[in-house]
Amino acid sequence: MSALDRLARLDRRWIFLVTGLLVLIPLLWPLNLPLTPAPPVRAYHDAIASVPPGSHVLVSADFDPAARPELEPMLRTTLRQLLQRRCKVVVVVLYQGGPLLVDQIVRDVAAAQGAVYGRDLVNLGFKAGNEAVMVLMGQSIPNTFPRDQSGADVRTLPVMRDVRNYSSFRLLVSIATGYPGTKEYVQQVQGRFHIPIVAGVTAVTAPTMYPYLQSGQLRGLLGGMAGAAEYERLMNERGAASRGMDAQSLAHVFVALCIVLGNLAQRARARREEG
Amino acid sequence: MSVYLSHDPGVWIAAALTLFIFSFLYKDNPLYKFAEHLFVGVSAGYYLVLSFWSVLVANLWDPLTSALGGAHGSPLAARLGDYRAFLLIPALLGLLLFSRFLPRLAWLSRWSLAVIIGVYAGLKTTGFAQGDFVAQVQGSIQPLWTASWATTVSAWIFTVGLLTTLVFFYFSREHKGALGVASRAGMYFLMVSFGAGYGYTVMSRISLLIGRLQFLLHTWLGVR
Repeated sequence: MSALDRLARLDRRWIFLVTGLLVLIPLLWPLNLPLTPAPPVRAYHDAIASVPPGSHVLVSADFDPAARPELEPMLRTTLRQLLQRRCKVVVVVLYQGGPLLVDQIVRDVAAAQGAVYGRDLVNLGFKAGNEAVMVLMGQSIPNTFPRDQSGADVRTLPVMRDVRNYSSFRLLVSIATGYPGTKEYVQQVQGRFHIPIVAGVTAVTAPTMYPYLQSGQLRGLLGGMAGAAEYERLMNERGAASRGMDAQSLAHVFVALCIVLGNLAQRARARREEG
Repeated sequence: MSVYLSHDPGVWIAAALTLFIFSFLYKDNPLYKFAEHLFVGVSAGYYLVLSFWSVLVANLWDPLTSALGGAHGSPLAARLGDYRAFLLIPALLGLLLFSRFLPRLAWLSRWSLAVIIGVYAGLKTTGFAQGDFVAQVQGSIQPLWTASWATTVSAWIFTVGLLTTLVFFYFSREHKGALGVASRAGMYFLMVSFGAGYGYTVMSRISLLIGRLQFLLHTWLGVR
């Protein structure tokens, strides 16, 4: 039996084991492989960096624990950059599994940055209704979210004093895993209310977002853990995404190798069967 | 490298359940089944409770009691914003959905469904027309000769890819001759996009594994 035949019959558990080790080892002993921010990531960073201090920015954090490894680092770094620029941050959640997770992240970052909840930022919490909520926010955000995540009347919060609808914001940041998410914001909000949007999405969603980036409907894009890590690099941070990128790179090389070897083995078998 | 085991029972439960799920990679077993069934049950309960408090209470009960309680004057007072007594109408439509449990009255649920479908069809159609169709057609019109050679090459690749991919999906004539060549080129462009999609999917799945291993190493075992 040739080596390629043995490969074709290889127990898939060996592949799981090698993948696991390739992910585990760099997490224990980092390799610090080079990481260069891509133009869409730079554009995301620059779009936030160009928001004047004191301006309101709307952050829609639409993800649940399943997308946490990819999107939590993006949300944390985004909130840090916004608060460091002294922007007024309004967070909303349209994804049902997300409100408690997002609230925890918002409060963690606010505490670490010394931001005052209600004055510098607010989490308006979850609202069911998907696109209908997006459109309603274009009429009145205080009417759409009359209370914040903790139940406080939003009209009494200083950060919400000048917030009426999308026209009150300089930028919309959509950090989303699926439906409703960035695609719906582009369709329902960007074209209708002409607010600039930047997005951070899971890697699975990222390819579907590039047409929006190319057409200018999105000003910047973070795709998956790589996007989050590159963004952390631009912010001179070494967060969870950056720490995971060595493992990510090694696993990708291994998957590429498996694809090449799998194709060679399959081709050898096909040739033998033809012969 | 030092290790500080977590003292949080919740972290230990989460770590054990993660390992139970990982055990499926070796083979199916009762520990995996237990974790799987627990996840399904807890998820169902979690979303039920979340829906009750964040949808039914927040969107209907609280606003209605506020509007009808008289604290703001008339239940139709403008200052109540979107939370006026009008909410009785969606409440009624919501209740009509349950008429499906009564065969003789099941037809009433169609009114609610008609409203849901009508609203979402309207939102989706206008959203797609504005966000996808018109804007994407505009975005696909690019200058083919620019001062930068890199931009010029990129625009040509983009335009050739766009046209040949469109040809690939043109089925009213047999793909032979020039049409066949263009169609085949379109297929290669599609394969590149599928490859990019696959690469991103691998990244997403590996990210999940990294997230879990980071939890086990740092949060549970406290490896520093």
